[in-house]
Amino acid sequence: MTQGSPVHEPYTEASQQHEANMLGMFIFLGTEIMLFGGLFAAIMVYRIEHREQLIEASKRLYLWIGTANTVILLTSSLLVALAVQASRAGSRRVGATLLVASACMGVGFLGLKGIEYAKEWQEGLLPLTGVRHAFSGPVQELFMGLYLAATGLHAVHLTIGIALMVGLSWRVGRGSLRLPQKALTVELCGLYWHLVDIIWIFLFPALYLVR
Amino acid sequence: MTERHIPETDVEKVSYLRAGHSLRSWLLTTDHKRIAILYLYAVTFFFFIGGAAAALVRIELLTPGGDFLTNEGYNRTFTLHGVIMVWFFLIPSIPNTFGNFLIPLMIGARDLAFPRLNLLSWYIYLLGGTLTLYVLVAGGVDTGWTFYTPLSSMFANGNVVAATVAIFIAGFSSILTGLNFIVTIHTLRAPGMTWGRLPLFVWSHYATSLILVLATPILAITLALIAAERLFGIGIFDPSLGGDPLLYQHLFWFYSHPAVYIMVLPALGVVSELVAAAARKPVFGYWFVAFSSIAIAIIGFLVWGHHMFVSGQSMYASAVFSFLSLAVAVPSGIKVYNWTATLYKGHISLDPPFLFAMSFIGLFVFGGLTGLILAMLAIDVHVHDTYFVVAHFHYIMVGGTVSAFFGALHFWWPKITGREYIMVWGRLTAIFIFLGFNLTFFPQYLLGYLGMPRRYHIYDPSFQVLHVMSSLGASLLGVAYVLPFTYLFYSLRYGKPSPPNPWGVTGLEWTTPSPPPKQNFDQIPVVTTGPYDYPVEMEDRR
Repeated sequence: MTQGSPVHEPYTEASQQHEANMLGMFIFLGTEIMLFGGLFAAIMVYRIEHREQLIEASKRLYLWIGTANTVILLTSSLLVALAVQASRAGSRRVGATLLVASACMGVGFLGLKGIEYAKEWQEGLLPLTGVRHAFSGPVQELFMGLYLAATGLHAVHLTIGIALMVGLSWRVGRGSLRLPQKALTVELCGLYWHLVDIIWIFLFPALYLVR
Repeated sequence: MTERHIPETDVEKVSYLRAGHSLRSWLLTTDHKRIAILYLYAVTFFFFIGGAAAALVRIELLTPGGDFLTNEGYNRTFTLHGVIMVWFFLIPSIPNTFGNFLIPLMIGARDLAFPRLNLLSWYIYLLGGTLTLYVLVAGGVDTGWTFYTPLSSMFANGNVVAATVAIFIAGFSSILTGLNFIVTIHTLRAPGMTWGRLPLFVWSHYATSLILVLATPILAITLALIAAERLFGIGIFDPSLGGDPLLYQHLFWFYSHPAVYIMVLPALGVVSELVAAAARKPVFGYWFVAFSSIAIAIIGFLVWGHHMFVSGQSMYASAVFSFLSLAVAVPSGIKVYNWTATLYKGHISLDPPFLFAMSFIGLFVFGGLTGLILAMLAIDVHVHDTYFVVAHFHYIMVGGTVSAFFGALHFWWPKITGREYIMVWGRLTAIFIFLGFNLTFFPQYLLGYLGMPRRYHIYDPSFQVLHVMSSLGASLLGVAYVLPFTYLFYSLRYGKPSPPNPWGVTGLEWTTPSPPPKQNFDQIPVVTTGPYDYPVEMEDRR
């Protein structure tokens, strides 16, 4: 596990330190779920209040881009899981490569998302001030607002995840993050990545598949 | 002054207070005790800013006309008072100062689980606080501390975005603190410190931390949506788009009702310690008191709808929320009854901490009972948005929590600073706070019941007598709040050095020297007895 990793103050044993780090990360992820929970609650409430119009609005989204992005993120999570295994086994090269690959998939996700936003912008679907609106009803604008807020917040999280993965692979590749002693660091960053993935797994049906 | 300045003692020379003298050693410290002191300075500063706003409100309300502040100025003043007192004083007050200082000492640890995160949370708090001061200087915000839509999102013309961003930022400080406490309590308990041996202060902070990490993110996203609506026109709560302003209220109170328990649960923990210390007896029904904190935290998440009885929400929802709100009284009542039972046949000494604890219990019972009145559907319709509500929550949050804050300050002061203060002044402060508080807020119950609405500064002249009483009480309260700064600061230089255990009480924090050394314990202690294992042998006391 973390044998050989240095024990810092205030811990007295490595197992205690390991447990604390894992618990801390899981609690943090819990707060992230609550953060998105507010948005999911809003989506759910409006789906009940304005069912027909929400379905109408959802049809304007690009399902194929959403689907492609789902595949990309799920695959990237697989790569991260493999990277964690590799770092536990102490294979630096494999670990660093997998981490870079998952970061690249994250960039790919953001690229596709950008294309999607651009298309929607051109069609006048994004509810930003000063843009010609092309909505058939007011609730559509509300839905697109929720869509932008939720996917935008998700994109911010993914950007942080990409930065984490790039930094991590750099350190793993150079050997400044010693493996397998410090495999926990990779695991914790991996957990964050998985969470960002899971949030998308819920956002995708809530926004794209309600039609 | 005739007293001689008492020079630094040997214990103080090796204490955490002297581990590094530079400003840098304070500002970059990861020692939980020093961060607690940093927080103590910061929350005290905001307490006085919020207090100054309260003073302006009370001056304005001396007369029935609006002749001191303009309408807009009054709105901005009470909003500022609410925002600063809730997010920059009450929420961090006890957890981030005394919780920070005491939890590692009480469970036999050298620090919190994530010391650097702890320091980060202080800086995040300061960043949020600085932005709030910017809002103040830039002209304030006029929505009330609740930021109700569509007022906040569409009509208000104050600095709403800056204020929401400030609170958003401060929320992360809360989250980091809660996370740190939970992990610390799970992983850093000393050998033998089982869950059943944790001091009740730690239990109540555990319950508080659960709320901090689960509720605060909801506030963050809710305020972020308001900012998005104002900045980018993303109308999530905009009625003209089919948006639902009531959804905002649901989301806001889903955080803000539990937040009330963030403010009061640490105080309940403090009082459990003070009562046991005053009675020199084990707390009656330890597990009931411990789990009543957890029960309050859990039920507290299910009662938010009682803020919305007149909002037009479903009558059936209101009935359920009313029932659940009444249910919170059960764990709260357990605590009060158990404290009373603890005091029964105790060897009570009328020290300042005990008087503060009694003041807390009195005000908490009064605030709690009026809370029951407000939880009832029919009565709430009558007194909703009146001074009755204002008086109720001030009894809990100000009367209760601030009494406990000062109680904690007087109880652990010798441990934190290594010096003893002059007791008679502490007793006087406790009495002044109790009297001043009741004179300020009891008339507000009457005002509310007679129909004085909250957030109005022009009122019917028949209310003036009660408003003047309230303002007079506020002046007494103001003096009582300033009083401790004189004799406590005096004690730093002229106070008698404190022995490790000046009160003769149980608890691992009292086994360390006063003030404790940087690493808290030379050897991590091994715990063999439960908490409140009285009587304490005399040789341990001095």
